[in-house]
Amino acid sequence: MYQTTYHRPSSVDEAAALFAKGSESKYLAGGHTLIPVMKQRLASPSDVIDLSKIKELVGIALSGDALIIKAATTYFDILRSADAKKAIPALVHLVSVLGDPQVRYRGTIGGSIANNDPAADFPAAVVALDATVKTNKRSISADDFFKGLFATALEDGEIITAISFPLPAKAGYSKMRHPASRFALTAVFVTKTKSGDVRAAATGASQNGVMRVPAIESALKANWSPGALDNVRISADGLLTDIHGSSSYRANLIKVMAQRAVTAAG
Amino acid sequence: MGVEGIGASVVRKEDRRFITGKGRYVDDIKLVGMTFAQFVRSPHAHAKIKSIDTSAAAKMPGVVGVLTGKEIVEDKIGNLICGWAITSKDGTGMKMGAWPAMAPETVRFVGQAVAVVIAETKNQARDAAEAVVVDYEELPAVPDIRAAIKSGAPQLHPEAPGNVIYDWTLGDEAATDAAFKSAANVVSLDITNNRLVPNAMEPRAAIAEYNEAEEHFTLYTTSQNPHVARLVLSAFYNIAQEHKLRVVAPDVGGGFGSKIFIYPEEMVALWASKKVRRPVKWTGDRSEAFLTDAHGRDHLTKAEMAFDASNKITGLRVKTYANLGAYMSLFSSSVPTYLYATLLSGQYNIPNIFAEVISVYTNTVPVDAYRGAGRPEASFVVERLMETAARQLKVDPGELRRKNFITSFPHQTPVIMAYDIGDFGASLDSAMKAIDYAGFPARKDKAKSEGKLRGIGFSCYIEACGIAPSKAVGSLGAGVGLWESAEVRVNPVGTIEILTGSHSHGQGHETTFCQLVAERLGVPISQVQIVHGDTDKVQFGMGTYGSRSAAVGLTAILKAMEKVESKAKKIAAHQLEASEDDIVIENGEFKVTGTDKTIALPMVALAAYTAHNLPDGMEPGLKEGAFYDPTNFTFPAGAYICELEVDPGTGKTSFVNFVAADDFGRLINPMIVEGQVHGGLAQGIGQALLEGAVYDSSGQLVTASFMDYTMPRADDLPSFKLNHTTTLCPGNPLGVKGCGEAGAIGASAAVINAITDAIGNNRLEMPATPDRVWHAIHGNA
Amino acid sequence: MPTVKLTVNGRAVSADVEDRTLLVQLLRDNLNLTGTHVGCDTSQCGACVVHIDGQAVKSCTVLAGQASGSNVVTIEGISKGDELHPMQAAFRDNHGLQCGYCTPGMIMSAIDIVNRYGGKLDEDTVRHELEGNICRCTGYHNIVKSVLDAAGRMKVAQAAE
Repeated sequence: MYQTTYHRPSSVDEAAALFAKGSESKYLAGGHTLIPVMKQRLASPSDVIDLSKIKELVGIALSGDALIIKAATTYFDILRSADAKKAIPALVHLVSVLGDPQVRYRGTIGGSIANNDPAADFPAAVVALDATVKTNKRSISADDFFKGLFATALEDGEIITAISFPLPAKAGYSKMRHPASRFALTAVFVTKTKSGDVRAAATGASQNGVMRVPAIESALKANWSPGALDNVRISADGLLTDIHGSSSYRANLIKVMAQRAVTAAG
Repeated sequence: MGVEGIGASVVRKEDRRFITGKGRYVDDIKLVGMTFAQFVRSPHAHAKIKSIDTSAAAKMPGVVGVLTGKEIVEDKIGNLICGWAITSKDGTGMKMGAWPAMAPETVRFVGQAVAVVIAETKNQARDAAEAVVVDYEELPAVPDIRAAIKSGAPQLHPEAPGNVIYDWTLGDEAATDAAFKSAANVVSLDITNNRLVPNAMEPRAAIAEYNEAEEHFTLYTTSQNPHVARLVLSAFYNIAQEHKLRVVAPDVGGGFGSKIFIYPEEMVALWASKKVRRPVKWTGDRSEAFLTDAHGRDHLTKAEMAFDASNKITGLRVKTYANLGAYMSLFSSSVPTYLYATLLSGQYNIPNIFAEVISVYTNTVPVDAYRGAGRPEASFVVERLMETAARQLKVDPGELRRKNFITSFPHQTPVIMAYDIGDFGASLDSAMKAIDYAGFPARKDKAKSEGKLRGIGFSCYIEACGIAPSKAVGSLGAGVGLWESAEVRVNPVGTIEILTGSHSHGQGHETTFCQLVAERLGVPISQVQIVHGDTDKVQFGMGTYGSRSAAVGLTAILKAMEKVESKAKKIAAHQLEASEDDIVIENGEFKVTGTDKTIALPMVALAAYTAHNLPDGMEPGLKEGAFYDPTNFTFPAGAYICELEVDPGTGKTSFVNFVAADDFGRLINPMIVEGQVHGGLAQGIGQALLEGAVYDSSGQLVTASFMDYTMPRADDLPSFKLNHTTTLCPGNPLGVKGCGEAGAIGASAAVINAITDAIGNNRLEMPATPDRVWHAIHGNA
Repeated sequence: MPTVKLTVNGRAVSADVEDRTLLVQLLRDNLNLTGTHVGCDTSQCGACVVHIDGQAVKSCTVLAGQASGSNVVTIEGISKGDELHPMQAAFRDNHGLQCGYCTPGMIMSAIDIVNRYGGKLDEDTVRHELEGNICRCTGYHNIVKSVLDAAGRMKVAQAAE
């Protein structure tokens, strides 16, 4: 790891001010992406600004028609949240298959979506549930937030403060794990909204990270059942090919994971 | 047998330090004035070094020295060697290219060291290593076997035209060809034995200390065989004479073969410690382990088996290309030859076998012994052929095997090995019963109704262990003898120290070796201490690999014990005024048989050391040594059956049951034996389902971390059902055969046979990832 | 260099370390607690697991500064004098270790699992929960056995307290 300076601010404003002061600042939440990258000397932030101890960034609340999870809330806290379990059990299931127990203690929802790893779990939920990403500056809709591989709509220094998930009528998540990294080889989150709309998002499959799958959405909108997808064909174009899965295999997984997610959603 | 004697599942003595965090691994050691080494490694698979500029690095904070490959060559440090000479079929010797510890001119694999930075702290060393500027001229690379043997392929070493190290044969080609000509049926397979990364959890490490006044070196290193390390470092690498070099292998966190070999890093640490006149520590990280530890396996094979009309095997013909990487590692040449082709008879009566093995250079890290070493590759060939034959001939896979089993012993195979004993039918019976083979069709139907594809696969393996009779291996090209030595010291107060040349890096010698003493003398194992892993303490030893520590190492201890007992009996007889022949040893006492006259071991020991009243002419003291050279290999064997389900939607495999029925001869500690089997099975299953080292076309390692190389985890594996059948090994007095590698040798064929049974497609390569299995089910759609 | 202050195995400690220092480096290099091991550089193997404020965490992926002010327990801090923690005893009694290198992290993770699940553990759950710890020796068979055994022992121990 290169030399760096570690800061532990106690408010969002203080964090943003520290960020602005550094020549090449990075926010740190759970640190389970940033620190490994720093260890490999692939990142060399001048300043590391720890958001995890900022109290205003931690907590889960059920308010009206939305589940609001503050950005520095850990996966572990989501996992044991009665509100989350009641409101969107699929989200809690997603957390239970995300990383490993040690990662779940440290990793945060804000960190996951800010990083936008193309095989991360949370972006699929954020997109499929049509969540709103709240920052210290504005609100950003899910469809506008993710901008491809490790890229988001966040501006330099902007801090995610919370994610607001509208409560769905039904939601399910099914994941085929990457055998080595345990990220998603391909995973699909499906949602039936209270207004009857259907959203489906796949992660791990595309070069560009999380993506909606219109063919699945339209088939499920017509008929919310796993069988409705039997004849859907997912194109392998633009999907990832690597030693763990060809693009055609991933295309198949999008369909199969979507079917299993629907089954799980009920 | 006492409660701590042979056959008892005694809890391990060594565990207390490991479970309390008090183990002492190389990286745990700190020496006064210690510096830290960071290697500068090649990012290219094949390149000429045009220049190395160390001036900026030398000026960085904390830097003590920057050394390059040119300097190590100038200082006449020897090239790394391969210690087993193989002769090609045309009578020429193997073609060994030069391997300097750091490359002076040419790099031949990604990760090869070209320079080293020594600094006050690890971070400073790493900071400065980045400031070393190396100018490379890239050369075309040869990433795999197919590329290496193409005509016009880039050449790695001038010594080896066509990148061929040797083209070696074993067996009678004409007779085998004749058997195929007259065969009623022929079964053939193309097999890739996937390349594996050993990945012992403790990365390799070395600390070298040079004492200027004494001109003496000490090396703390992660080694399975510290004496062999000293021998090679001294005799071949010109580091120091043997009496001026102490090698210590303290607690070692797993090896699986990868810590047998002498690597450039410990050579450089030793050499550098004299250059900078400070102790030098190098601790590899996991990324360096992936790039620089010797990998395992990596064969391409075409195999054919001939059958007569009654389904008896009449011939086996095998042609294998083996990838040895960019340089020949210490035992690399022997792995695909004498450790592989000699086991191709499997458990079967095969009158004619012919094997040809062509080993090649590629621009990859060297390949050498990894758990099983050659024997897993042989077993996989034979057992895949048998399963394929059963399907092709439409006979039950168990019955086809049984029909061809060797049933009378000793049995001379056509490929050198003389099997001493076994009961292959008993193992197969035991495994089939344990898995309820008869009930399988009903279970398969039920699974089908639930949308799952269920399959069952057999693997009846045999291995040659207890490595090895020195004269035999010498005649086959080995550069060393493979005996073992031991010393038994009874201290004046009656406690016992066992010095052994075996080295435990997880196998539990500190317990099992004590159990032999408990068995013989009836003393508690707490009275016995095992001393190993230090060339200053133990006179010599060949180390631990090839499932040799019980069959060879423990037998050496037994031989020394017998000498100690003989002398102790003489002393006891003298003290008790009885005849030596009437003395028996029971519960730590020497007893005149048929009387109540006894003398306890501590009193005998005290008498030996006070020497006040010893038989006339007897030397004082109670300490004996022995060397034991085995007369033959041992032949552990067994039957594994795997039952699993495949999810046709994802291609994912889930285990239903995995049964292992092994014959290891006598078990010293069944609990430890079973642990060895579990670990071996995990590595065999890992090879079949999960693990595979992949280099891309430019020679970059794609699977260079646990993010891409799939290590078996707890949720990838089932609990195993273990059974034992026993035929005692006639070749050693304890009747032991060895158990360390069996699981890794037998498991992968059982898994692949089961998956191909489940999906009804016999074409499936390892690792059988969900992607590959899904494509095998659905085609390349 | 900044000073990091924390509690390790019940003792208040402080160390002057660079900001780039990892918790595992602080433990091993500054505090000589070498029972915590490093087996990978991608935060996967779990040989470095310690407890921070009662939670199992990979100490190779935490800056020393992040742990400042917290309560850290390592493998050296779980036995009561000569009396082994029930998880340590279960690993020994069930042959849940071979080379011992992954063992400290394995034990620290396993204690955390039992703390979370109490008596409601079964084999599948243990296997899933051990996802963050890699062992190359045991094939996990006896590790799973050890954890299940210890879960029973820890329940008994808690009941007795």
